[in-house]
Amino acid sequence: MAENTYDAIVIGSGISGGWAAKELTGKGLKTLMLERGRNYEHIKDYKYGTRQPWEFEHRGSTTKEQQKNYPVIHRGWAANEAVMDCWTNEQDSPYSEVKPFTWWRSYQLGGRSTLWGRQSYRWSDFDFEANAKEGWAIDWPIRYQDISPWYDYVEKFAGISGAKDGLAHLPDGHFLPPVSMNIVEKDVASRLKKHYNNQRHLINGRVANLTEAIPGRTRCQFRDRCWEGCPFGGYFSTQSSTLPAAMDTGNLTVRPWSIVTRILYDKDKKKATGVEILDAETNQTYQYHAKIIFLNASSLNSAWVLMNSATDVWKDGLGSSSGELGHNIMDHHYNLGASGSIEGYDDHFIYGRRPTGFYIPRFTNLYGDKREFTRGFGYQGGASRDSWSREIAELNVGGEFKDALAHPGSWNIGMTGFGEILPYHENKITLDPHRKDKWGLPILSMDAELKDNEKKMRTAITSEAAEMLEAAGVKNIRTWDSGHAMGHGIHEMGTARMGNDPKTSVLNQHNQVWDALNVFVTDGACMTSSACVNPSLTYMALTARACDFAFNELKKGNL
Amino acid sequence: MDRRTAISRVALILGATVIGGDLFISGCKNEHSVAGQTVLNESQINYLNEVAETILPKTAASGGAKEANVGAFMKTMVRDCYSAEEQVIFFSGLEELEESCRKMNGKGFLESSAAERKKLLISLDAVVKEDKKKNDLLKQKEAERQKTAQAGGKPNYLKKNPPASYYAMIRQLSLLGYFTSEIGYKSMGYVPVPGRYDGNVTSHI
Repeated sequence: MAENTYDAIVIGSGISGGWAAKELTGKGLKTLMLERGRNYEHIKDYKYGTRQPWEFEHRGSTTKEQQKNYPVIHRGWAANEAVMDCWTNEQDSPYSEVKPFTWWRSYQLGGRSTLWGRQSYRWSDFDFEANAKEGWAIDWPIRYQDISPWYDYVEKFAGISGAKDGLAHLPDGHFLPPVSMNIVEKDVASRLKKHYNNQRHLINGRVANLTEAIPGRTRCQFRDRCWEGCPFGGYFSTQSSTLPAAMDTGNLTVRPWSIVTRILYDKDKKKATGVEILDAETNQTYQYHAKIIFLNASSLNSAWVLMNSATDVWKDGLGSSSGELGHNIMDHHYNLGASGSIEGYDDHFIYGRRPTGFYIPRFTNLYGDKREFTRGFGYQGGASRDSWSREIAELNVGGEFKDALAHPGSWNIGMTGFGEILPYHENKITLDPHRKDKWGLPILSMDAELKDNEKKMRTAITSEAAEMLEAAGVKNIRTWDSGHAMGHGIHEMGTARMGNDPKTSVLNQHNQVWDALNVFVTDGACMTSSACVNPSLTYMALTARACDFAFNELKKGNL
Repeated sequence: MDRRTAISRVALILGATVIGGDLFISGCKNEHSVAGQTVLNESQINYLNEVAETILPKTAASGGAKEANVGAFMKTMVRDCYSAEEQVIFFSGLEELEESCRKMNGKGFLESSAAERKKLLISLDAVVKEDKKKNDLLKQKEAERQKTAQAGGKPNYLKKNPPASYYAMIRQLSLLGYFTSEIGYKSMGYVPVPGRYDGNVTSHI
């Protein structure tokens, strides 16, 4: 029994789980980190990171076998020879879709932290206050001032590059020098600034790639091969950042292949006592005990763990007393935007491959702008020259054709919108009563969709993008909207939201489950609204903040 | 790799849809093509190297498709990534190409001169372009159908792209195989570890 007892247990090893482990071990707590998938060691296990691109047998394409076994990943753009091992085996771990839902999962150490897009932005009070001001859903229990010092704290450690742009709706942070924009982007930025009287901003993407070395990590080498695992540790991941720090304390134990099946709950003490796991390789069951539990299994799986816990007390699981567990699922809707070509830069070229592009922060329903929908959207984009895959008029065979293709083609610029999705109680996940996974565990069933506000917003996302490109002198503009299935934005959140009232929320202002105060949920599940801003940096800050609170409460004997 | 890069990389890999990318949709396949062949043999690899070399020949600037052994790459891709349906089109296409060549030049492809080879491929390319126009229309309709299906709340990700013609396959594999080979990458001035980013340099490497 004693050997299975720790001060803290962290469920999950992705962005927020890694942070929880780093913070808790750093405060001296003996911590067990449970990961449901394989071990995936920094550098050693990045089998492709140093391989030349021409050494990939299929040059990036996936095989028939992979296409058959990973149908969900093949719905989007993320199926690539170099990362197929990192995606979850969809045959072993299925899910049900009442409505279309694309779930991008990586069950391995580090979770999606090795595979993320690394865009890192602070939320502002325009985001934290929106629900309250509009009377929509419930209010966030925190404001920008509560999280601002924690943004500072995590930015310094993670290493976020960006420029100080002085925008109240996208607050500046503690930044490393920005990854520069290219000449076309800079020119387009200044044309937009002029055209829109300084009301619209095309800024450097703020990204968790190091533009300067920080202790223990080399700066980004501009290869743009982050996903293959960076042998330089050039971007933030659990492996490159939080895990080594946690290991250095000597307080961390990591257990891969550990599927947490439930949190053990003592109904007399109204507290969790530990967790039960299923060893994914041996199918053996084990129990581990701790004073506090951080649940960081990713938005949907954290809800899944809660739904399967304390069912003898609440039939729908731990945290379900409010009736909100598994509800209010959000994402960022995208798969739409505009692009075009731009003339006058034929003598300008690019050196190096950036791990980011530009960002256009939200401008709707701000500072007097008023729309027929609420909230807003931002864009990520970039300008670049055409590659060899372009068509060349009048040339299709021969040496001249080949040599022309080897040279960069014309300049293009494009942008993709990311829109806020409101929390709707009826957008929900539940346990499928009929289907089980490879281990005989219940699977999730997804029932969520975009509604009127998002649909209206989508019309504006494409038309505004086209209008901005036109204002910047871009030609041959085309817009696209390929439709958005929930989850496809990979920013799923909201299934165990924070709030001020246990009757309408699952978590309190410190991310504690109202019904078990020593259980903290600090991944995307905790979000009360989605904003249109990339959420990962906020998960990091909320996690560090909750760890600090948990440690102080432990010291005071309150947990 | 973020979305922006991923999107551009998908475009880079193909310019359009990757042939072979549809199998997961079409479901189970019988393992054998009509001719029963799924793997290119050595003489077919050599033959395809000659076809690819006509499309992307050696020049003063860089080596050609034959030197990059694009034929061997085609073997891997057709074997591992093409659906059974696509394999049938590809393998029977090898015969069709040879027949077209005999019709036009009065001899087989390998016996034809460089000029005759080029003339043949230009004519095949014109046919492919016509087909592409038709297929683009069909794809557009399919995209609309998917969007409607999604909006109606019905899970539906089927992408039933019309099968490509054999010459579209050969041309695509030639371009992909060449420009993602070491010779191809170097012809574009590829620097493995750039170390920095400069968004405004005045000469291409």
